[in-house]
Amino acid sequence: MPLFAFIAIDKRQLLTLTGEHLWLVGISMFLAVALGVPMGILLSRRRGLRAVVLGANNIVQTIPSLALFGLLLPVPWLGARADRLAILALTLYALLPVVRNTYAGIAGVDPPVREAAVGMGLTPWQLLWHVELPLASNVIVAGIRTATVITVGVATIAAAIGAGGLGEFIFRGLAMVDNSVILAGAVPAALLALGADLLLGLIQRTLVRTHH
Amino acid sequence: MSDPSGPAIEFVNVHYRIDGKHSLISNLNLSVLRGEALMLLGRSGSGKTTTLKLINRLLAPSEGEVRVDGRSTTEWDVIRLRRHIGYSIQEAGLFPHYTVQENVALVPKLEGWEPARISSRVQEVLQLVGLPFHQFSSRYPDQLSGGQRQRVGLARALAADPPILLMDEPFGALDPMTRAELQHEFMELQKRLRKTVVFVTHDVAEALMLGNRIALMDSGALKGIFTGAEFFRSSDTAVKPYIDAFQAMQQTLKAGD
Ligand SMILES: Nc1ncnc2c1ncn2[C@@H]1O[C@H](COP(=O)(O)OP(=O)(O)O)[C@@H](O)[C@H]1O
Ligand SMILES: [Mg+2]
Repeated sequence: MPLFAFIAIDKRQLLTLTGEHLWLVGISMFLAVALGVPMGILLSRRRGLRAVVLGANNIVQTIPSLALFGLLLPVPWLGARADRLAILALTLYALLPVVRNTYAGIAGVDPPVREAAVGMGLTPWQLLWHVELPLASNVIVAGIRTATVITVGVATIAAAIGAGGLGEFIFRGLAMVDNSVILAGAVPAALLALGADLLLGLIQRTLVRTHH
Repeated sequence: MSDPSGPAIEFVNVHYRIDGKHSLISNLNLSVLRGEALMLLGRSGSGKTTTLKLINRLLAPSEGEVRVDGRSTTEWDVIRLRRHIGYSIQEAGLFPHYTVQENVALVPKLEGWEPARISSRVQEVLQLVGLPFHQFSSRYPDQLSGGQRQRVGLARALAADPPILLMDEPFGALDPMTRAELQHEFMELQKRLRKTVVFVTHDVAEALMLGNRIALMDSGALKGIFTGAEFFRSSDTAVKPYIDAFQAMQQTLKAGD
């Protein structure tokens, strides 16, 4: 059977599901960055929190994604809408790489550079803005890149709770025992992951170039 | 608060301990006069860097008081204190993501100077340390030699024209030729600027050449303060090894002639 025969039939659905998939990943990544970068910064300021926060994050990562979706289902406001729930679960998964890399990037700033900055009279915010974040940006984007690729993959599971996305094809294909339908979800998802990886890789390289 | 005739920096019975016990500095009493270059001389680990950091409050004394312009460093607004004091360290600690110009301009910018004033000051101060503006201003630190980086570090420390300058082995990592060149230029600069300088070195020749006075440190304690002449006349057992080292070096130089 020709691999992409289904495309002729279901082009519109493919577009819709890809759109949903991108939406799930986009919102989750936005939240993961909006929460994860400040958390990483906080960890670099309060190193005592490090074990707790990274540990909690690690635990989330070890919960199988299907189980996490299931566990969140009974939560009142969340469970009411599948996409809310999916976004929360995806955000939790994406958080660890973002937090960890933000922390690592800041902790990796050359001690003499930080010391010179503090000694010159930069306030903690100025230190963060002028020195630490720019120098950590490459590592932070690398974390976002990893998180995005993971999220694109995990988002296929969201279909199991009815949140849509390319997983719809995968689960339907599994039910129908039809590989071509499975591939109709899996191949575009893989391409999305690849595309996101390339795009963020490009951004990363630009950062390295402008910062030497 | 600021008595213009009083010392610029004063250590009064200063102790600095880590974890409340391990003592890095013990009972330090020391005055740095306005406009002098005081050399902190001592072997590695003797507490020179710690002493310097007590001045710009990167560290606070465990006991006693460090006074800058007559006021305890713990009473100063710490940001104001640090911007009142230029700080230049070994390997310069330049910001690798900033150009030379941006490195030097940062503190004036944070101080809210007008762009035109910043730009003319950056030009002036780079000229002062022997780096032509048009040639160096848009380079990044990794496009500079070690000596040039050190010059930028000095320019950056001087940018906002602080009355006090702290220099922690600024020439320590340079090759002998470049080091001699920078030492010479530092002397010329100091003749003109008359900053209050505290200069850390482990090199006795450097201390004798650049300083008005030498504060000799050993194991976290001050062994004495000497002018160059006093240093050579001193019979202090702490001084002797330095004189020996200095004379041995001169012998070697003569033998090489
Ligand atoms: N944060 C620290 N913790 C423990 N020991 C330290 C710390 N900082 C410095 N020391 C020790 O204090 C002593 C003095 O250090 P330092 O002031 O850097 O000496 P110097 O600059 O003269 O080489 C050294 O023995 C050093 O190992
Ligand atoms: Mg030192």
